[in-house]
Amino acid sequence: MMTIVFSLFLLTMLVIVAVAILRTDNLFTAVMLSGIFSLIMAANFFILDAADVALTEAVIGAGISTVLFLSALALTAEHDRSPPVGTWVPLLTSSALGGVIIFATFQAPRLGDPNAIVHQHVAPWYLEKTPELIDVPNVVTAVLASFRGYDTLGEVFVVFIACIGVMSLLGRVRPRRESIEEDEFDKRTDNLRHHLIPRVVGKMLVPFIVLFGLYVQFHGDFGPGGGFQAGALIAAGVILYSLVEGGPRGRELVPEWFSSMLVALGAFTYASVGVASMAMGGRFLDYSVLSHDPIHGQHMGILIIEAGVGMTVAGVMITIFHAFSRRGIR
Amino acid sequence: MELLGLYNYFVFAVLLMIGLYCILARTNIIKSLIGLTIFQSAVFLLYISMDKIDGGTAPIIQEGVENQVFANPLPQVLILTAIVVGISTTALALAVTVRIKEAYGTIEEDKIQEMDREL
Repeated sequence: MMTIVFSLFLLTMLVIVAVAILRTDNLFTAVMLSGIFSLIMAANFFILDAADVALTEAVIGAGISTVLFLSALALTAEHDRSPPVGTWVPLLTSSALGGVIIFATFQAPRLGDPNAIVHQHVAPWYLEKTPELIDVPNVVTAVLASFRGYDTLGEVFVVFIACIGVMSLLGRVRPRRESIEEDEFDKRTDNLRHHLIPRVVGKMLVPFIVLFGLYVQFHGDFGPGGGFQAGALIAAGVILYSLVEGGPRGRELVPEWFSSMLVALGAFTYASVGVASMAMGGRFLDYSVLSHDPIHGQHMGILIIEAGVGMTVAGVMITIFHAFSRRGIR
Repeated sequence: MELLGLYNYFVFAVLLMIGLYCILARTNIIKSLIGLTIFQSAVFLLYISMDKIDGGTAPIIQEGVENQVFANPLPQVLILTAIVVGISTTALALAVTVRIKEAYGTIEEDKIQEMDREL
């Protein structure tokens, strides 16, 4: 009963925050509200028994997405100057869409119905066969990394290509020694070095965030977590350091050649596991042949590809952030 | 009680409406992109709502606990990766927006169209 009340409260909050985002003219407010929106959404996912998704949404939606939007705002405009006219057509279109969907939901199975069609086909098979074929406690990791490894490989390459797109749009200047004096250096970059509390607290948090990221990476088979969450967490730690100390010092911590190399190396690691399993007589991304014992092979395959996913995601997030922050100093 | 079980879907529909309205009615590109992320989140909410089973728990198998009911892992896998892909594509869109600002000096769609017409 408590869960239902809490769930209703969170869902209502979601709608309120979304309306507030729509109404505000200040883009800074809108971006901050969208961070809150993502955090409430993460809490909602947690109530709906999706621990892995909640972790991902909290790191990416509330954390990295907000930072990226703010970096884009710093380079564009702070106010939304949309004219107030011509709102009839969008209003009509969106209400028509909403009306049709609400009408359709009356046919949908109610929340938590165990006889709903989604729970009848392949999902019970995954839950039943995971202990026997893969033997990792977290079924989400098993499905993500092994049963549906092709999908995940595709997703990793989509992220990889998006990163290449951002790099080619915002430019990646050849790394050169930045020989500017300390004072000039601080003046030219927006950072929090002169604010004592964010600087001390922020820097203290960075190692713990990265440590937690590594825990999530290697504990992903047993609890909520995995490469996607871990990569984003580690990137969040590096981004926090860059925000506190300024972009140039962040680029000293993780140089751009290193982060862009991580992007390629991660995707390469993932694909080469597939090729290796083909070379050892199995199918593409069939980890069972990697070791003499099929289950041991599965464990090994999942560990390696999760490491690849983590490297790519961390690299992509750091590279994109650097691309935006470097654009600012020019 | 019957309607309470559909509340998640209603919120999905309302968020979808808000997101679509934000994309269509606002000419500011960044505001439209925020609308797009709301639209996207609404779809995520729909998928995750479908995975819930009454009395269930997160799909992590524990040793020595019998007769557990688990939530459906499949929608979770799909949405987990979709969130990461979503942020990458949003970043790409933001990069395009930054280039538009540099080329036109504004990120309002109507002003950009006027400038294009003058050419």
